[in-house]
Amino acid sequence: MSKAATGREEELKSVTVDATGVYYRELNHRVRELVDEGYREIILDGVNGQRYIGDGLVDDVTIIINGVAGNDLGAFMDGPTVIVNDNAQDGVANTMNSGKIVVRGHAGDVLGYGMRGGKVFVTGDVGYRVGIHMKSYKEQVPVIVAGGRAGDFFGEYMAGGVMVLLGLGEEPPLTGDYLGTGMHGGNIFLRGPVFEDQLGKEVRQFPLDEEDRCFLEGLLEEFAADAGMDLSGVKTDEFSKLSPFSHRPYGNMYCY
Amino acid sequence: MAGSMVTSEFLVEVDHQRCRRCKRCILNCGFGVFDFQNMTTADSSKCVACHRCVVFCPEEAITITRNPLAFKEHPSWEVDRRKAIWKQAQSSGMILTGMGNDLPWLNVFDHLLIDACQVTNPSIDPLREPMELKTFLGRKPDRLEVSADNGGFRLQTEVGNNVELAVPIMFSGMSYGSVSLNVHKSLAIAAEKLGTVMNTGEGGLHPELTPYTDHIIVQCASGRFGVHSDYLNAGVAVEIKIGQGAKPGIGGHLPGEKIGREVSGTRMIPVGTDALSPAPHHDIYSIEDLRQLIYALKEATGYKPVSVKIATVHNVAAIASGIARAGADIIYLDGFRGGTGASPAVIRDHVGIPVEIAIAVVDKQLRSEGIRNLVSIIAAGGIRSSADVAKAIALGADAVGVGTAALIALGCRLCQKCYTGNCSWGIATQRPELTDRLDPDWGAERLVNLINAWSLELKEVLGALGVNAVESLRGNRERLRALGLDSTTMDILDVKPAGR
Ligand code: SF4
Ligand code: SF4
Repeated sequence: MSKAATGREEELKSVTVDATGVYYRELNHRVRELVDEGYREIILDGVNGQRYIGDGLVDDVTIIINGVAGNDLGAFMDGPTVIVNDNAQDGVANTMNSGKIVVRGHAGDVLGYGMRGGKVFVTGDVGYRVGIHMKSYKEQVPVIVAGGRAGDFFGEYMAGGVMVLLGLGEEPPLTGDYLGTGMHGGNIFLRGPVFEDQLGKEVRQFPLDEEDRCFLEGLLEEFAADAGMDLSGVKTDEFSKLSPFSHRPYGNMYCY
Repeated sequence: MAGSMVTSEFLVEVDHQRCRRCKRCILNCGFGVFDFQNMTTADSSKCVACHRCVVFCPEEAITITRNPLAFKEHPSWEVDRRKAIWKQAQSSGMILTGMGNDLPWLNVFDHLLIDACQVTNPSIDPLREPMELKTFLGRKPDRLEVSADNGGFRLQTEVGNNVELAVPIMFSGMSYGSVSLNVHKSLAIAAEKLGTVMNTGEGGLHPELTPYTDHIIVQCASGRFGVHSDYLNAGVAVEIKIGQGAKPGIGGHLPGEKIGREVSGTRMIPVGTDALSPAPHHDIYSIEDLRQLIYALKEATGYKPVSVKIATVHNVAAIASGIARAGADIIYLDGFRGGTGASPAVIRDHVGIPVEIAIAVVDKQLRSEGIRNLVSIIAAGGIRSSADVAKAIALGADAVGVGTAALIALGCRLCQKCYTGNCSWGIATQRPELTDRLDPDWGAERLVNLINAWSLELKEVLGALGVNAVESLRGNRERLRALGLDSTTMDILDVKPAGR
């Protein structure tokens, strides 16, 4: 079971903050103060679009957001767990290094831009330009899973990591156009078939191997636990896998 | 059919009478020109005129000359154009190049003259009187409130974070990857000694630079390479790189061959993968989005100053106004002569506008909107001497950035072959046998010497102008006159013609 699902650990110092009408700068300042004071679980009630929650935080804390999280939730974040019990706006996990964000709702555009590690789970849909230039480094492999569908430019310039769309209750295609354009690393798994005309020219469909199936199974289990959803109807053999066929898509463009 | 129609640009000649067969040239040439078969031989077709062999030959036995091969002259089909066509007809690729724009565009700096005091107001001798070059970068308050305190005065207004520079000259962003770690170290050591800053460029921060982070600005570019919370907090300010003078509007590709273990570590990407920087930041499609990233960085760093670097393009004044209103503390203007490790020649040579004009229009625009105090302006991309520094400041810059000049101080010969990764001077390369050539302490000393020399000259200029602080020159276009510029350009620069 993941940390998000098990909730509190023993002797967890927990605090609740009423964020109603609090300007983002004060709210985030307060969160930092509480982290410095040793609180390991911070519950923010009445959040309504405040930006930058968890921005740049590097500590082992859990932030629970009751309300709609504003733009750049968890930008540059390196370690914390954030749970949003509603929707999140644009820029979730911008350039995030590690940690986990669970959105029990929909999330907006540019989710996971330049993300290098950690996980983002969204139970509903995600917007346009999701996972652009996501990359992996050493043991850090960023993962984005959404229960619904996504807009155009899903996985553009993707250099590493894994993105999964479950399309629960949706008909394919699960994404818009320019899927994986400029992709040169990582894998995308979409439930159901993928149409060739959606694909960027650097990416192709490949069959899932045993390793992929095993990975997906573990991931779906974790997602189901964090999302509080029953995914027993989702089978790994329903997925299409997209990968780049070159790690050097722009290698032959120049002469000297 | 011959391998290539492109004839050698340079001829390498070894004087076998003088040559004592020490083979030093073979070791020194990064481009593999020399070989040894009973005597030293040279393949001129590979020579880029970087002069490494000439400087290090103990017998002065090597001469590099321009290939005198005659071409039938044609005023619109210059030899280089013909060569470009031959290359492209052979490869179907874009012509790649390094360093700054090498077309003979009008250089506005060279048409500006500086004033001096005579008779009616006295000049100042900088040898005798103090001259202030200190510069603070960042937002300045709209007004200062001062209260009386114990017979003295106390500042009541809270002034935000500023970056203090002992001289109005900083080192421009050049990434580790495009240049060697020893270049970064030379710049960092020199920046500390000079009381100024260097800029990491977009390749992340190598751990060996940690001792110098009080003199480092870290960059956050579209590829977000090496950008994480500790990195953002390491430096004195964060720079969002939107564009670069040598390649406005396009991204960058650092080829996988240059991503070795160390470069991979600072960029935080796997060894051997191409480092692709997308043309735009895909989280910035508007001024509002820029504001969002500026404040995301401020939130992540406890409100350190944020600089926004842009290439100077046609609408630079309106763009700069947007950047200032988006909450930036510094606007870094990179002119169309700015250097690069690699850029398609068509972009480097034909896109953008001169920084001289950009400074003038940006300064004027921000003043007219009453928001000049919100930002400091850094001018870069073609600053070649202390005279350029003085003129840039008089046109309205707070400070300048130097990149190419710093590399020339380290030995760069402007061969423009940085993109090959073979730089014989150990600058634009990651080949260990080449990078070892640049000793960071030696490099730092040369950089310190250069900037100290420019500072002395700048003080002389200020003294001649009869002012004792660089602040008095800032935006003081009355102390400039134009010679040989058309009236529209003078109008745009807000500079009178010489004699008026
Ligand atoms: S490339 Fe440089 S080192 Fe090599 S022969 Fe030419 S001038 Fe000498
Ligand atoms: S840095 Fe090296 S390769 Fe680039 S222009 Fe200078 S000498 Fe040539």
